[in-house]
Amino acid sequence: MTAMIDYNAGNVFSVSAAFRRLGEEVVLTSDRETILSADRVVFPGVGYASAAMDEIAKRNLAEVISLVEKPFLGICLGMQLLCRSSQEGDVDMLGVVDAPVLRFDSQQCRKIPQIGWNRVYAQPDSQLFDGIGQGSWFFFDHSYYVPLLDEGTEARTEYYGFWYSSAITRGNFHGVQFHPEKSGKAGERLLANFLSLEA
Amino acid sequence: MLAKRIIPCLDIKDGRTVKGINFLDLRDAGDPVENAVRYCDEGADELVFLDITATVERREPLSALVRRIAEHINIPFTVGGGIRTVDDVRSILMSGADKVSINSQAVRNKGLVAESSSAFGSQCMVVAVDVRANASKASGYEVYIDGGRTPTGLDALEWALEVQDLGCGEILLTSMEADGTKAGYDIGITSLLSSHLSIPVIASGGAGRMEDFSAVFAPECGADAALAASVFHYHEIAIPALKAYLQECGIVVRV
Repeated sequence: MTAMIDYNAGNVFSVSAAFRRLGEEVVLTSDRETILSADRVVFPGVGYASAAMDEIAKRNLAEVISLVEKPFLGICLGMQLLCRSSQEGDVDMLGVVDAPVLRFDSQQCRKIPQIGWNRVYAQPDSQLFDGIGQGSWFFFDHSYYVPLLDEGTEARTEYYGFWYSSAITRGNFHGVQFHPEKSGKAGERLLANFLSLEA
Repeated sequence: MLAKRIIPCLDIKDGRTVKGINFLDLRDAGDPVENAVRYCDEGADELVFLDITATVERREPLSALVRRIAEHINIPFTVGGGIRTVDDVRSILMSGADKVSINSQAVRNKGLVAESSSAFGSQCMVVAVDVRANASKASGYEVYIDGGRTPTGLDALEWALEVQDLGCGEILLTSMEADGTKAGYDIGITSLLSSHLSIPVIASGGAGRMEDFSAVFAPECGADAALAASVFHYHEIAIPALKAYLQECGIVVRV
């Protein structure tokens, strides 16, 4: 069973529909035991970082998330929340991955938010991107980004000549900046790969 | 670098896709979900659903249709039409839409754009701007609302810059004069907005030939996405052929 963390995030319906199309049932929950006993955990998110952290605090989810030992996938804002801090509302976040979340520099990146399909280049050994060709197109919709990291960048993407982390990882935790549930066949493959990750 | 997006648009009335000319003589054009799946399979990058149901009492609540769409397609989609409150925005997004498009109500209630974008993020907030040439305006174009019936007195560029400041994440720009002509997108106003805004611009109105798409995507014009309805609906242009053509023109598209 896959648990999806319920903190009033925006894209819950599309993400569970995408898993249902793969034959996987998803339980939306903020219950500690349900999350910790699930086979894997999905952390969705669309919206504003500081508002999301308020909701996570209200539901005591920060500690629960840090205790998850099964495969964990943060999507979009769900990926960003795994980081240390965000410029969006100047907020401290979960700190699973030691990285800041920054706003695209409007001098370099002419159009913010980045809305649309962009190419993703994964680390060659990434199981999450297994069978997905280098430079495959995924759908992005965001104004804030995670920089390239010495350790923890699982995939990278370029926007107006600027490279950043489009996927990050630490141990069993993975985060993707794009929306696999909206990324056609490539996104479907990534979600299927996630379902086959071993704990 | 981002791919230029091809966006088929579906008009929805009472839960069905409809087609007509200038909103007259509307004919049933099938189930929106079936239409959406077809576009998805053909390689559309995104879809826009515009609910033109006039009555308040809909046969199927819009959010139920949105859920049905989200269950079946795996590309992003925007829903517009009749969205009046932050709760309307929430209900559409919670049902699986990626963005909402606001038109007349953005003019009547600027707070709606500001409040919705701070609650859900700019990335999901599209403002639809319908324009008609008016030489007395600084940009040469005036904004119309209520499906093009009501002139607002607003200058097209000033209004677009204002909604950008309010937190809008994308402009859906429709040239009312070009709409339905199949004589090409209005390059003038599209390039003016693209060059002055820091948010993406979707060009709409006038698509008739593949060359119209290459013209609106060319660096001199700079649209980020192009929307069209009838050329796709009536199979006048096939999306795979359009993308192959754009690639030959040196335009980056997702294939």
